[in-house]
Amino acid sequence: MMTTAIAKIAKALPVPTGETQPFWEGCRNQELRIQQCGACGHYQFYPRLYCTACMSEQVEWVRASGRGTVLSFTVVYRPVTKAFAEEVPYVVALVTLEEGPQLMSNIIECDPEQVAIGMPVESVFEDWSEDIAVLKFRPVLA
Amino acid sequence: MESLRGKVAIVGAADTEVGVVPQLSATQLYVNAAKRALEDAGITKAEVDGLITCNSFVEPYMYHAEMIAEYMQIFPRYCLNVATGGGTTLAILHHAAAAIASGMCHTVLITMADNMLSGLSRDRAIEAMSTAGHAQFERPYGPPIPAFYALIAQAHMHAYGTTSEQLAAVAVACRRHASMNPAAQMRDPITVDDVVNSRMIASPLHLLDCSLVSDGGAALILTSAERARDFPHPPVYMLGVGEGHSHEHISQARSLTTSAAKEAGERAYAMAGLGPKDIDVAELYDCFTPVVVIELEDLGFCPKGEGGRFVEGGRIELGGELPVNTHGGMMSHCHPGHPGSMFSVTEAVFQLRGACGPRQVKDANIAFVHAQGGIMSTHCSMILGKEVG
Repeated sequence: MMTTAIAKIAKALPVPTGETQPFWEGCRNQELRIQQCGACGHYQFYPRLYCTACMSEQVEWVRASGRGTVLSFTVVYRPVTKAFAEEVPYVVALVTLEEGPQLMSNIIECDPEQVAIGMPVESVFEDWSEDIAVLKFRPVLA
Repeated sequence: MESLRGKVAIVGAADTEVGVVPQLSATQLYVNAAKRALEDAGITKAEVDGLITCNSFVEPYMYHAEMIAEYMQIFPRYCLNVATGGGTTLAILHHAAAAIASGMCHTVLITMADNMLSGLSRDRAIEAMSTAGHAQFERPYGPPIPAFYALIAQAHMHAYGTTSEQLAAVAVACRRHASMNPAAQMRDPITVDDVVNSRMIASPLHLLDCSLVSDGGAALILTSAERARDFPHPPVYMLGVGEGHSHEHISQARSLTTSAAKEAGERAYAMAGLGPKDIDVAELYDCFTPVVVIELEDLGFCPKGEGGRFVEGGRIELGGELPVNTHGGMMSHCHPGHPGSMFSVTEAVFQLRGACGPRQVKDANIAFVHAQGGIMSTHCSMILGKEVG
């Protein structure tokens, strides 16, 4: 895992809440944190007050492996706002983590045309400010 | 659970002018649609005792239905503002039917409109584009709205071998139907080549795989089946209705290739006592071409994975096995935002009245309408018929 340079263009910074703060602290420390239920072992993301499988309150933060596979992806040619214009074409993907939960991310450090469903990827963190690092993924080299 | 089957009918239906309508504000479009629907039903506003709207993105009010009632000076006993994105239209009809069947009110006016094309400042247009998705866990990755649907299309292609040419066939069918509809915003016929050669927006979706941005509104008048016989037009009965809700954010979807349209459709068929083979015309939500392919599968018109092949060869065009989006859909007729699928309902009513001229489906007795909102998140299916049977 590595940290890339601070992004130049002003994108809207994610604003952590009490519920999500441990995740963002993890990102700042280049660590992917998800929740695991102490009662039934279920992993979940995004963070929640209760376990979505058994409604237990015993949800605990754990460090995920950071490895996953591409569930689906798209190469974006028309950016959502000017803040993303310099990155076109960029890959928006859904990634299934090794532990089970799925999440949205970008696949970076590769040619967008090389991205494929099922491709193994690993987490990488991009610093956007002093406090916020954004979770992204890159292909796992064979 | 008591069934709503055949208890409620649509007795008034009307669209405003659609497409580019800069002369009317969003609120004026709501009221213009309402006035036309009242005229179609041959009643005065005094006879309306229930009013349901969706909010306007361009001109929102905290109490939107009350605002429209106030503007029109009607004083309903039942007044509700519903929001489930693109699924709002049919969810509203579901609520209206339940209100009538339970005696909360007798005659409901549903009006929906917006002017996403002419009414938005540059800043608000950007806001409309960039505020989709989870603020912390989706938006940082820069997905424009087409990208959310591109994730679904890519997954379907990978799982079932669906091709860009097959997706394009949906856009071609909608445009062919729009070419026969003088009200439609885009009427020049297009080919599969035109679609696959149009600008790539978010792979695999091209510009012509995406629906329009429009102004426009539509309104409906509903009443009980018993009262419905006393109106100028023959009633169109609600035979089946069902909803399905699976997620808010696409990153949390149970499946990318099978949607809650499956539950919505099954519930609507079960209530109607009908199946896919009984449907003469289908008006399906078409914000992006892959949505129609997945709906055709989930609603049982073809097996899962066969949607791409099903839309080929003119099968969903007028004269084909199942004409889909006979008005041109949101791909070619108009898409003013939340009200998008209202035009599917008014078109279904016009088809069942036999009032569609060159785009009329011969012997149309049973129509299927489906709407979805969010990113395949909220679904509502409805089966409409000329007879209670």
